[in-house]
Amino acid sequence: MSDTEASLFAALRETVSGLAGRTPLPDYDETILLASGRLGSGSEWESFAANFEAASGRPMETTADLATFLKEGGHLRGYCDPLLREKVGSVLQTAGLEVSYEYDRERYDDFAFGITRASGVVAETGTVVLNDHETSDRLAALTPWVHVAVLSEEAPVHRTLSDAIRAFGDCPNVIWVTGPSKTADVEGILIEGVHGPGEQICLRL
Amino acid sequence: MNPQPIDRYAETLARETRDSVSASAAITTEKRVDILARDFPDPDGLRRLAGQIKQHTLEHLDDYLAKAVRALRDNGVVVHFAADAEEARKLILGLLSERGVRRVVKSKSMATEEIHLNDHLAAHGIDCVETDLGEFIVQIDGDTPSHIVRPIIHKNRREIARSFEAHGLGDYDDDPETITRRARIHLRSKYMESDAGITGGNFISAESGRVVLVTNEGNARFSMAPNRLHLALIGIEKIVPRDRDLAVFLNLLARSATAQQLTVYTQFINGPRASTQPSGPEEMHVVLLDNGRSRVLATDCREILRCIRCGACQNVCPVYRQASGHAYRAVYGGPVGAVLSPLLAGERFSDLADLPKASTLCGACREVCPVDIPIPDLLLRLRARAKEEGVRTPASIPMAPFATLATSPALWRTAMTASRAMNHLPTAALPVKPLREWLKLRTLPEWRGGEFRKWMKKRKQS
Repeated sequence: MSDTEASLFAALRETVSGLAGRTPLPDYDETILLASGRLGSGSEWESFAANFEAASGRPMETTADLATFLKEGGHLRGYCDPLLREKVGSVLQTAGLEVSYEYDRERYDDFAFGITRASGVVAETGTVVLNDHETSDRLAALTPWVHVAVLSEEAPVHRTLSDAIRAFGDCPNVIWVTGPSKTADVEGILIEGVHGPGEQICLRL
Repeated sequence: MNPQPIDRYAETLARETRDSVSASAAITTEKRVDILARDFPDPDGLRRLAGQIKQHTLEHLDDYLAKAVRALRDNGVVVHFAADAEEARKLILGLLSERGVRRVVKSKSMATEEIHLNDHLAAHGIDCVETDLGEFIVQIDGDTPSHIVRPIIHKNRREIARSFEAHGLGDYDDDPETITRRARIHLRSKYMESDAGITGGNFISAESGRVVLVTNEGNARFSMAPNRLHLALIGIEKIVPRDRDLAVFLNLLARSATAQQLTVYTQFINGPRASTQPSGPEEMHVVLLDNGRSRVLATDCREILRCIRCGACQNVCPVYRQASGHAYRAVYGGPVGAVLSPLLAGERFSDLADLPKASTLCGACREVCPVDIPIPDLLLRLRARAKEEGVRTPASIPMAPFATLATSPALWRTAMTASRAMNHLPTAALPVKPLREWLKLRTLPEWRGGEFRKWMKKRKQS
C-alpha cells in the first residue's frame, strides 16, 4: 500500500467515524426506475425495435433486408465475424457484396460495414448489448460507417435496464449501444456518425 | 461596492455568446423536465433515492473505496492513488514513459481537466489528443471547456469553422455536419496510431469493480480499441455500492444531461483484455484521485460530492445563462462549481469565495439535481464560512453607514424622504459611483421613501 493510499484511508476513516447519524443504504423497489411507457403492449422485441428506432437505430429481421440496405446505401465492402459466415456473410456475398472475414486494421477505411455478434438487447431503452467475449474485433464495430450487431435466436431480450445489469455475470466488458454515434456539440445540432458508426443496425436472425 | 467578478465577466461577454448559451441551456432544461415526467411515475422520488444512495456511499467511503479497490485488483486492474494534481500528473507521466508511449487519445474527462493533464504531457513530449468533438475544438483553440457536458456551448459554428481553417482542417465551412466529418477523419488516424487511451470514469461499482463510462460519440470505446494501454483517472467519490444501483444513476444521468433516456455508448469495463477476448488493451490502470475530495468530505458541504456531472444545474441557472462557464474562473462552473470550486481550491479558498455569492438562491439548481444536492443551502454555508474567515470579496458592502441610519429614527426619516430627489436626477448624476455602475445594467423603481411611515401614522389615527 502506497503512502498516499494509507493516508487517504486514514483520513477517510477519521472523517466518517466522526459523523453522527449516517445515512442508511436505501432499499428500493425497481418499479421506481421503470419507464413503463417505453414498454408497449406488444412483445419485448417489438418494444426494443420501437425504442431502438426512436434512437435512430435500424432493427432488421432478415439478411435479405440487410443486403438490400447495404447495396442501396452504397456500402459495398465490409467485414463479417467468421462465426457469422454461414448465416450472414455468405448471403451478402451471394447478393454481390464484398465480404472479408478478417479485419485488417491497416485498411480500416476500406470497410464500409462491420458485422459482429450482439449478446442481447434491452426492450425498455432500445439498447443492443455487446460483450467482448463475443465481439470478434472492437475496431470492426467502430470504424465502419455501418455496424451490424447480429442477435441470435437464443440471445436474451432483457425487459429493463435492471434486468440487463443482473445478466452481466462474469462477462469482462459489456457495452450498451443505443443507436449510432452522435454529437450535439456544435450549436446543439444533432449529427450522427461522429467517430463510430453513422448507421447502427440490429439484425435478429 | 465593486461589481462581482462574475458580473464583470458577464459584461464582457459578446451579446451573441450570451444569447446562444442562454438559449441552448434553456432548451435542454425544458427537454429534461419533459423526458423525466414522461418516463417516470415519480421523478422526484427517483432523484431523492439517487441522492440517498450517494450520501450513504460518501458517509461510508472508507469501506466502499476499499471494496472497490479490492474488486478492481481482482479484475486485473492496476490501481494507483494520487493525493493531488501534481502526484496524479507525475504518476500518469511515469506510467506512459515507462512504456514508451508517445501518442495518447483521450476521451472527455473533468478529472483530467482538474489536473491539467494535456499541458503536462505535451511538455514532456507526449502528444495527447482530445477526441470528444467539443473537447477537440477546445484543445485546438487553446481554450477551456465552459460547460460540464457541452464544452463549447460558448462557441458558434463560425468561430469553429475559422479555427478548423486555421488548423489545416479544410477550407472555411461552418456546416455542423462538415465540421463533424472533418473531425472524424482527422481523429480516426489519431486513434489508429495511438499507443494508449486515457479516460475518466462515471461510476465504479464497489461490488464488481466495474468502471462505467458513458459517451454519445463512442470516443471512449474507440480510445480503448486500437492500443495496448487503458488508463482511467477517476475521483474517489465516483463509487456506488452495487451493480444494481448503476441502473438508478444511468437512468438519471443522460436524462438530466441531454434529455436522452440513455447515452449511446455505455461501457461496463471489468479489467484489461482477458485471454478469451479477441481484442482490447492488455493493461488497465485506474488512478484514483483525491485532489481535495477527502477534505470536502470532512466539511459540512460534503453533499456536493454526490455530483454525477450532468450539467443540469448549469443549464437551469439564471446566473450561468448570463455569464457562461468561464466566468467562474475554475474547472467547474455554474451552481455546482460555485460550491465545488472554492472547496477544491483548499488554501486558495478565499480566491474563489465570491462564487457562492453569485447566486440568487432561487433554488432551481436543487430542483433539477439528479442526486438532490441542496445546492442553495451549501452556497449559504460557504458564504458563512467566507464571513467567518474574514474573506473580503469584491462584493462585500460596508454595512456600518446603513446601521447608523437604521438605528436612528430621525435620521432614517430624513434619509427616506430626502432620497426622493433621486427620482428627478439622471442616473449619471448620482453621487455614489458604485451605484452609478450598478445602474448601468439595471433600472430602479421609483423611490417612494417615507410612504410606509405615512401609512402607519394614518392607520393608527383611524
